[in-house]
Amino acid sequence: MTTVRRVRPVREKPNVLGGLGAFLWLLVVAVPLYTLLIATVQRSENYTAEGPLALPSEPTLRNYVAAIDNGLLVFVGNTALVTLAVAVLVMVLSATTAFAVVRSRSRWTQNVFRVFLLGLAIPSQAVIIPVYLIIVNLGLYDSLTAIVLPTAAFALPVCVLILVGTMRDISEELYEAMALDGAGVARTFTQLVLPMSRSGLSTVGVYAALQAWNGFLFPLILTQSADKRVITMGLFEFQGEYRVDVPGLLTAVVLSTVPLFVVYLLARRSLVNGLMGVGGK
Amino acid sequence: MTRKSPAGSAPRTGRPGALWAVPGLVYFAVFAALPMALVAYLSLTEWGGLGAPRFVGLDNWARLFDDPLMGKAVWLSLLLTAASWAVQTPIALLLGVWAAGRQRTRAVLSAIFFLPLLLSSAAVAIIWRALLDPNFGPAAWLGPALGLGSLDLLGGSGSAFWVIVFVSAWQFIPLHMLLYQGGARQIPESLYQAARIDGAGRLSMFWHITLPQLRHTITTSSVLMVVGALTYFDTVLILTGGGPGTDTSIVPFLMYRVGFKSWELGYASAIAFTLVLAATVVALLMVRFTGFGSMRSTREGM
Repeated sequence: MTTVRRVRPVREKPNVLGGLGAFLWLLVVAVPLYTLLIATVQRSENYTAEGPLALPSEPTLRNYVAAIDNGLLVFVGNTALVTLAVAVLVMVLSATTAFAVVRSRSRWTQNVFRVFLLGLAIPSQAVIIPVYLIIVNLGLYDSLTAIVLPTAAFALPVCVLILVGTMRDISEELYEAMALDGAGVARTFTQLVLPMSRSGLSTVGVYAALQAWNGFLFPLILTQSADKRVITMGLFEFQGEYRVDVPGLLTAVVLSTVPLFVVYLLARRSLVNGLMGVGGK
Repeated sequence: MTRKSPAGSAPRTGRPGALWAVPGLVYFAVFAALPMALVAYLSLTEWGGLGAPRFVGLDNWARLFDDPLMGKAVWLSLLLTAASWAVQTPIALLLGVWAAGRQRTRAVLSAIFFLPLLLSSAAVAIIWRALLDPNFGPAAWLGPALGLGSLDLLGGSGSAFWVIVFVSAWQFIPLHMLLYQGGARQIPESLYQAARIDGAGRLSMFWHITLPQLRHTITTSSVLMVVGALTYFDTVLILTGGGPGTDTSIVPFLMYRVGFKSWELGYASAIAFTLVLAATVVALLMVRFTGFGSMRSTREGM
């Protein structure tokens, strides 16, 4: 900072009430998370006896080993594939669509935009039955593709909306400069629009990836076999099997969150924007 | 579109034709729009999942209006939406405004508050189910510690509903807090400076400046909450399984049970169609009131 900070004209009293409220919420958030973490290093036979807040007397990592032995890595692999496919599909389709909505002279594309706007609030539960019908008829039932296709479709409206916002910010002069260079539509798209929309594209990619990573309903209805399980399904199945081994179950939950946690540490801003989706606008 | 340059030479200005929108639109149509139309058709059929759906006219709809479970599910869904809004909005707003301050502690706490958002609904539901388990969890320890005997919140008919309200609040308040934090940071500091010169206190500044300035954020956040509450399905399925009895059977859960447990997919489609209707109304209101459609591009999110 080169400029001298202006001195605040008023001395603020500390906000005691606000601080107190925030501290209470900190307890609400942190105590369960703390309980969760210490449960994962607790032996299941000691879990009930030692109480939820005490540090375990015999900490152990065997829950982590057991979770991995039980196929958690397979679920992580499946989820990673689904997530990658959804993110790529959504980024490509929303970028081309948004480009047309923003730049095309055709009145038709404005109606396209309206269709996507109306799609914003449609919950996937409302259409899961026909989606099931379509997936079965395409012969895709119980495959990872079955999860990818509808997940990407339901992420599209928000993503188109985000990218339309981003692309509207590209100034007319830049387009004119491209045109003077003799650039056609495709080159304008790849050399001007895409580079200028980087922030929007990363938001869209993260949003779509989160939808896929945390998706529950589509895998629940559209897949069945153990080798097609994604993480959320894996956790759901674990819950049925591990009735009494709570530390084992909670360890699986913690492990399933590690990848997102890493993303949070590395790319907080994109993740926050992606999470907020429309709200971020 | 206000700009009317003497165009005509569309290709040379690098403007895309409508064709560019086709892949996205077709894809969306097949997996999202077509299903909306199909759900209306399927609600007029009887279908067990195998073979072809059989047309039965309005039978499912007649049954739907007389189904006490549906009546209860609609009531529970509305109550859940209202309760979620009433619980989440004030907490998220106050925390968000607080977290908008630039102090270091506030930044650190915001980063911690954010953590529940990293968990999927499934993970959140599993964690809370484990924490509230009356036999093996902290609740089993907490009940006797408070002298309450065994504490079975998920088994109580009234308490199970409020557990869902609480757990979804725990999960989603961070999201709305972020929205309010972003909104509060957009409020011009000069408004507060002027108010301070007039001798306004913190409370009156909050009431007369912060709240009115946040009204667009409140709308956005409320819409997201309402849309979100329609989809608490994962939480209900894992946390309570719709129970005890049918006391937390909200509309999406009832649809799931009728459709994919009893395999009455025609009737389930009628239930699902009510969700489509509700969502469409919300979407129209959203476009009308939040200006998503007008796309102001000036405000940088966050």
